[in-house]
This record gives sequence, C-alpha cells and structure tokens, in this order.
Amino acid sequence: MKEETAIHVKNLTKKFGAFTAVNTISFKVKKGEIFGFLGANGAGKTTAMKMLIGISTPTSGEATVAGFNVNTQPESIKKNIGYMSQKFALYDDLTVKENITFFGGIYGLTRKQIKDKRSQLVEELGLQKIVNELVSSLPLGWKQKIAFSVALLHNPKIVFLDEPTGGVDPITRRQFWEMIYKTANQGTTVFVTTHYMDEAEYCDSVSIMVNGKIEALDTPKKLKEQFKASTMNDVFLKLARG
Amino acid sequence: MKRFIGFIKKEFYHIFRDKRSLFILFGMPIAQIMLFGFAITNEINNVNIAILDHSKDATTQEIIHKIESSKYFTITASILNETEIETAFKKGHVKAVLIFEKDFSKNLGKENNATVQVIADATDPNTANTISNYVTAILQKYQQKINVAVKTPYQILPKTRMAFNPELKSVFMFVPGVMTIILMLVSAMMTSISITREKELGTMEILLVSPLKPFQVIIGKVVPYIFLSIINAIIIVLLGILVFNMPVQGSYFLLAAESVLFIITSLSLGILISTVSASQQTAMMISLMALMLPTILLSGFIFPISSMPLPLQIISNIVPAKWFIIILKGIMLKGVGLQFIWKSTLILVGMTLFFIGLSVKKYKIRLE
Repeated sequence: MKEETAIHVKNLTKKFGAFTAVNTISFKVKKGEIFGFLGANGAGKTTAMKMLIGISTPTSGEATVAGFNVNTQPESIKKNIGYMSQKFALYDDLTVKENITFFGGIYGLTRKQIKDKRSQLVEELGLQKIVNELVSSLPLGWKQKIAFSVALLHNPKIVFLDEPTGGVDPITRRQFWEMIYKTANQGTTVFVTTHYMDEAEYCDSVSIMVNGKIEALDTPKKLKEQFKASTMNDVFLKLARG
Repeated sequence: MKRFIGFIKKEFYHIFRDKRSLFILFGMPIAQIMLFGFAITNEINNVNIAILDHSKDATTQEIIHKIESSKYFTITASILNETEIETAFKKGHVKAVLIFEKDFSKNLGKENNATVQVIADATDPNTANTISNYVTAILQKYQQKINVAVKTPYQILPKTRMAFNPELKSVFMFVPGVMTIILMLVSAMMTSISITREKELGTMEILLVSPLKPFQVIIGKVVPYIFLSIINAIIIVLLGILVFNMPVQGSYFLLAAESVLFIITSLSLGILISTVSASQQTAMMISLMALMLPTILLSGFIFPISSMPLPLQIISNIVPAKWFIIILKGIMLKGVGLQFIWKSTLILVGMTLFFIGLSVKKYKIRLE
C-alpha cells in the first residue's frame, strides 16, 4: 500500500437480505485530501461509511483504511480514525470540559495530554466562557464545532464526518468548512458525506452514489465538464434523474 | 482500566444530573416500602363494627366486652332494630354487624345452643373474611372457657402455631417482595433505558467507533447500576429491620451474595431488553409490561402461586423474581443456609447466563 493512499476501497458490497445497500463500490482517497461522499438520502452513503469505520462487516469486497483491512483489523482502524455522526456526538448533560475529558479518556489520552488539548481548544475556538456550561445550553453551531474538535482529539489520520452541517445556518457552515480546510492542511484526511451540493464544490474529490452504486467519481471541476453542468447541483440532478 | 473509570464517571454524571432517574432510584424504594408496610396490609386493626343485641343479658354483655377489648375491633354503634343495619352499611361507618338472638343466655343454658349472626360488608371480600374469622375465634375462645366446667365427651382442639411469622405480620411478606421489585426495576429498567438513550442520541455509534470494545461499553454502563442497586438493597433491608422489625435469621453474607446475584440477573435482562428496543420509550414499556407485571403478579409476592391455575403456576417458573423471593424468605425468615436454597440459586445463575448469551447473540446480529 502506497503511503499517499488513505482509503482504498475495492468492490465493497453490503447486502441486507435481498436488498443491496452498497453495490460493488471502488474508490481511492489520497492522504490529506477532502473527499466528498455524496448521494441522496437512502443512496447507501451511511452504510458504506459504517463499513469503513469498522462497525459494520462488508458482505463482500475489500477496503483498507489508514493501512488496515476493514475485514480483519477493525480495531486498529478505530484507533486511527475520528468520527462525527449526523446525530449529536456530544453528551448534552455533560459540560464542554467533561465531554472533552471523557472522549480524550476513551481514546486513551493521558491526563496531561487531555489537559493540554483542552487548553488548546479553549484558546482556538474561544470557549473560555462556555467551557463549564452544559452542552445542552449551547447553540447548534457551537455543538457542531466542538464535536468536530472532539473527533480530532487523538490526532487521527482520517476523520469521517457524517453530514456534519445538517441544520446549521450558512455562516456556521462556512466556519465549519474553514475548520475542515485547516484540518486537511495539517495532513489529516477528511471523508465527508453531505447532501448540500454547494459543499461538494469545496471538496478535492467527489463521489456521487445513486442506489448503492458510485455513478460519478472525480474532482468537482472535471465532473462539471463531464456532465456539461455549471454547478455540482446540476451534476447531481442529471445523475439522479438518470 | 483508566478508560473504564472515565466511562463510569461519565455514567454517574448522567444519573446524578437527571432528577427523574434519581427519584426512581432512591425515592421509589423508600416510598414503596413505606406504602406496602403501613398502608397495604392483610391484618385488621380497629375495624368498626356495630352490635344489635336482642337479648341484652349477662352472657351477651360478656361477649361484647371480649370483642371490644381485642385490638381488632371497635364498637362504634349500637343498633336497635334490623332496618338500621342496611343504613349503617350504606353509610360505610361499619364493616360488620353482630346480631345476638333473643334470649341468648336462656337458649344457651337450656338448649345448649345460641346463635350470633355476623353480617360483614363483603364489598371488600378479604377483609370480610378476616373479620368473620376473628369473630369466630373470639366466640370459640369464650365457648371453651365456659365449657371447662362441663366436660364434653369428645373434643378435637386444633393447636395452631404460625411458624417463622408467629404474629402473621404481612410486612414480613412485603419486604422481600418490595426488595425484589425495586432491584428488578432499578437494574433492568434503568439500564435498558440508559443504554437505549445512547442509541437514540447517536452517541452509541460514537462509542462503538472508539477503541472501546462493545462489551466494555456495556459493562461500563452497567457497573454504576450494580453499585446503586446494592445501596438500594441495603436501604430496604435496613428499613425492614429498623422500621418494621423484620428479622434476618440467616447469614447477612449469604443475603448480600444472593442479592448481588439477583441484581446481575436483572441487569442481564435489562441489557437484553436494550438490544431489542430502539427507543427509550420501547425499553420502558417492555420493562414495565414484561418485567414489572409478572414480578408483581406471578412471583408469589402478593398472590400465592399454589392457588393459581396450573398454566400460571408453570409460567411463574420463568419469572426470576419467584426464585429470589423464595431465597429471601428462606434467609430472612427461616434462617436457612445455602444447602436449602441452592436450587433456586442455581436457577437464577442459569437464567443470568441465558440472558447474557442471548444478548450477545442479538447484539452481534444487529452489528452485522
């Protein structure tokens, strides 16, 4: 496996009984890249992602994540990735500080590492006033930003974001994408699912899933040329309508 | 290990910040034991009765005195004629009326036969039954007393002894029962709710993606409840001993060990429930319907199993609470050791292993 490839997927398939949720998909994600994993609701994005993060076993096919095989080494994968789900990643009834301590703890950080990380986060995100507040009292945008930082606490090689900007206002979404860029610049690979097509423009590469299959896979620029469309939204509509 | 301690700490934050679960955890046991101990009781005390005495002679006076001096009855009214009886019942002031026939003394002396009629308000059949039993007992005692002089040729005198609970205190029955219900409720319902809450909020997924192994997550969620359930068991036993004079004849160590076993049985049931329910609501409904009702109705806590129809008797065998109540009564009231309750213990151990095995299987199916 070459060092530049962070995720390598080959003919990955997941069946639930007679229903094929993910149908022989293949793609590569380069290290340090922002990879947009697009598709309508129910296209199979989340199922595919669950196989990559090691909580769902593929029916057939191969995939390596951060150099580890999803079929045989899911535990090693878990140590090397961060994950933020479309639902909340933080505990509402814990304070920001307690959340950071808890998630740092389950990823095996020492007390000192947690303390350093915490001060760093407080500094970077300007959390001084809210660090001892319960998460439930914070606005959605803050929660998302903190959840993202928490997913990065243990310096993972790859971070998986499952529709991270759902329900967030445009300004916060913008700020969120700035955080994603910063993370990618520091060498962390970002794998992000979304159904906001404008966000697809921000990605280095994009794949579009339709009914369990990857129908398009390239940089946003080339995809637009290929489908003779001016925006990613048009690309998606052309694909989805067949 | 350090990860694990952090996890448990987090779990305690959840519990102590949620007023509702705190109330269920510590308010319920105390409230229940007090309710069952004081309010719900099979004994009768100071029941109001009325007397309709048609003969008003020395014998009836003596009997009435005997009845009045017992702590079971208070005579609140004297009724003068039959028509007042129904009014008295309808008003609800009295639970029973005693009617002495005319010429009671004379009949007793001449014909060796006199009648007292006991009319009890059977809208509450249990109480009515108990009242009539107690009155009969008092009359029999009186009969024996006056018969000492006259020697009757044949007489069978039953001498009853109520073993293990000589005063027939119903609280002795309720303390083991309430303890069983509370441990079941706290352990099974609270764990299943707390696990499904993580599923509902989506944090379960985050935990599964972390390097923590699934069984570590589950054990981490369960350990705080073992701890809290043990505290609850101690509170209940202490209340039983201090407030209701409940004896603990057997070994405290055995009592503690068996309680921990039952807590683990209930927790494994809670885990099983959490694997089959997607939301907190479902978990709560399953816990209530599938656990609480059988625990209260089929465990022998309130209704004796031996008087149930055969199908229910058979079903009662799969209710873990039944076996725990047998164990508790054995240790607390009879003072028996493990040699008498090993069978029930073994059944609980078997059930626990079965529930854990089933949850592991269900859990794996879900992951795939």
